[in-house]
Amino acid sequence: MADPILQFRNVQKTYQMGEVRVHALRGITFDIFPGDYISIMGPSGCGKSTLLNVLGCLDRPTSGNYLLGGEDVSGMDDDALSAVRGSRLGFVFQSYNLIQQLTVLENIEIPLYYQGKPEDETRERARVLATKVGLADRLDHKPFELSGGQQQRVAIARALVNDPLLILADEPTGNLDSVSGVEILRLFDELNSQGKTLIIVTHDTTVSLRASRSIRLRDGNIESDVRQ
Amino acid sequence: MGTLKAMSASNSIPLHKLVEGLSPTRLRRTLRLGWRSLWLHRLRSLLTVLGIVFGVCSVIAMLAIGEGASYEAQEQIKNLGSQNIILRSTKPPEEQKPTDKGSQSSVLQYGITYPDVHRIRSTIPGVSVVLPARNIREYVWHISRRVDCEVVGTVPWYPEMRNHQVAQGRFFSDADMQERRSVCVLGAEMVPSLFPMESPLGKHVRVAGNYYQVIGVMEPSSRVGKTEEPQESGRTILNRMFIPLETAKLRYGEVLMRRRSGSFEAERVQLHEVTIKVSSLENVPGVADAVRTVLERNHKKKDYEIVVPLELLKRAERTKQIFNIVLGSIAAISLLVGGIGIMNIMLASVTERTREIGIRRALGARRHDIISQFLVETVLLSGVGGVLGVLLGIAIPFIVTYAAGMKTIVTLWAPLLAFTISAMVGVIFGIYPAFRAASMDPVEALRHE
Repeated sequence: MADPILQFRNVQKTYQMGEVRVHALRGITFDIFPGDYISIMGPSGCGKSTLLNVLGCLDRPTSGNYLLGGEDVSGMDDDALSAVRGSRLGFVFQSYNLIQQLTVLENIEIPLYYQGKPEDETRERARVLATKVGLADRLDHKPFELSGGQQQRVAIARALVNDPLLILADEPTGNLDSVSGVEILRLFDELNSQGKTLIIVTHDTTVSLRASRSIRLRDGNIESDVRQ
Repeated sequence: MGTLKAMSASNSIPLHKLVEGLSPTRLRRTLRLGWRSLWLHRLRSLLTVLGIVFGVCSVIAMLAIGEGASYEAQEQIKNLGSQNIILRSTKPPEEQKPTDKGSQSSVLQYGITYPDVHRIRSTIPGVSVVLPARNIREYVWHISRRVDCEVVGTVPWYPEMRNHQVAQGRFFSDADMQERRSVCVLGAEMVPSLFPMESPLGKHVRVAGNYYQVIGVMEPSSRVGKTEEPQESGRTILNRMFIPLETAKLRYGEVLMRRRSGSFEAERVQLHEVTIKVSSLENVPGVADAVRTVLERNHKKKDYEIVVPLELLKRAERTKQIFNIVLGSIAAISLLVGGIGIMNIMLASVTERTREIGIRRALGARRHDIISQFLVETVLLSGVGGVLGVLLGIAIPFIVTYAAGMKTIVTLWAPLLAFTISAMVGVIFGIYPAFRAASMDPVEALRHE
């Protein structure tokens, strides 16, 4: 097996909520390899969101190490973390999180914009990806002119635009009807078959069944980590 | 907790990073993005911009009107000659009302006398030329046309001293003066009413039964308002006709009969107006004081007044300075109000767009990217407001000039100043909202509904 692209070493995250210390992550250790298709499941309050935030470099672990692509990101400052997010990670959210005043193309190219790539290059790449997710005829539409499934496909194209090491999806089908949900999941399957590494946080067992590796969390610990 | 940590970290963003975020191509895109966000809330942006527009345009317009007004006042004073001191005979106040009605046999004697002029010329150093004048109110006739006029008996060097030149023909000469010729020079304002069809040169006009040959016409006087030149009658007299002083003495003698409110009134006035030219500008205040002392010593009553154009000029300049300070304060306040408006809107916008900020941060935007995004928006708001304000501020004085006939002057620095201040207001009032946007914790911001 190839080298892991992501390594968690005893990662802990503690919040101080007034008098109480909340242990959201109690020492998590796992590796993720290229081409993994992982679902993360667990009841509410088990630390899913915290894990996702730490994985997504939106939050720093209280202790432990997080190596992404061989680089320790757990002690990085805010600017460096922004750069990591922009260049190594792709995000897909439950509520799509597209920027309303921008067109489909412009939404897709945001990560490249913040990396300072020239406009003609980002435009071209955004166009290719929009076509890939089946939105070639919607390039200049605004998000509110699109259906939920289409909006999520824009978000997926945006998550692919910077060619990330890892795509993080947070309940990507949570806001969709079953038909569009299945379409989105098929798109994920297809991406994985092309070698993309995916992590999907979900409540939905049908989603987790498509994944090749299923991680269950409980009370800030990994309850199970199964390859299927 | 997270927000607090973020806040303290955001304060340490070095300036060069902000600048780096605004490289030309980057800036163009940021500008376009900012414009798009503002366009999304057109009405809101427009109303915010109006605050700046009115601030800037009122500054420019008020400055232009003020500048025009003070320019006019200063021109009028300068026309009196800044090296001059002007003495005028005035009726002493206690004798202005007749003691009893009906005929009054006593002859009222007042004013500046020839001995006064002699004393001033011989005792005060620094006096270079003295210009005496007698002013007599008369009707001037040409055939059947009549003009109410002030006949001024004066000396040949009047034009150069009063900075009032002859437009056609010539002024009278020393020879005209010595030989007491009946010649006259007309003020430009009376020519159209007396000679509507022809050139007045060489023609004769009749004044109180005497004929005078017109040898010249003065150029139009620029003294319009004459506010600082109180006239004896309180009325503005525009028409002036000039004759040699010696001729005036010959024709009118020393006693003037004047018809007033049904009764004749006789006055003995030797000189109505004396203009003293001082050799240099810095001697003017000293000579003015000396003249005051000399006249006070020789006149029991206050039957004269002294006008020192230089003092008037200085006073006008002081007034203008105060005016500018007041205006500056008003401008500062109105721009401050505009700036607060911008800040208010930007804070609302930051709150409203918390989610967008979270998304951008998640997708790789650094803090200074967010700061430049919001700063660009405020600068755009105040910049557009500034440009519109400058255009409107330059247009308004023209409208005022056209509609009200007031003189206005738009100086170059007024629009520059107003625009610079408005741009600065944009930056200053944009900084806090921008930092607030940048200091948001991405996780919190993404969770925001």
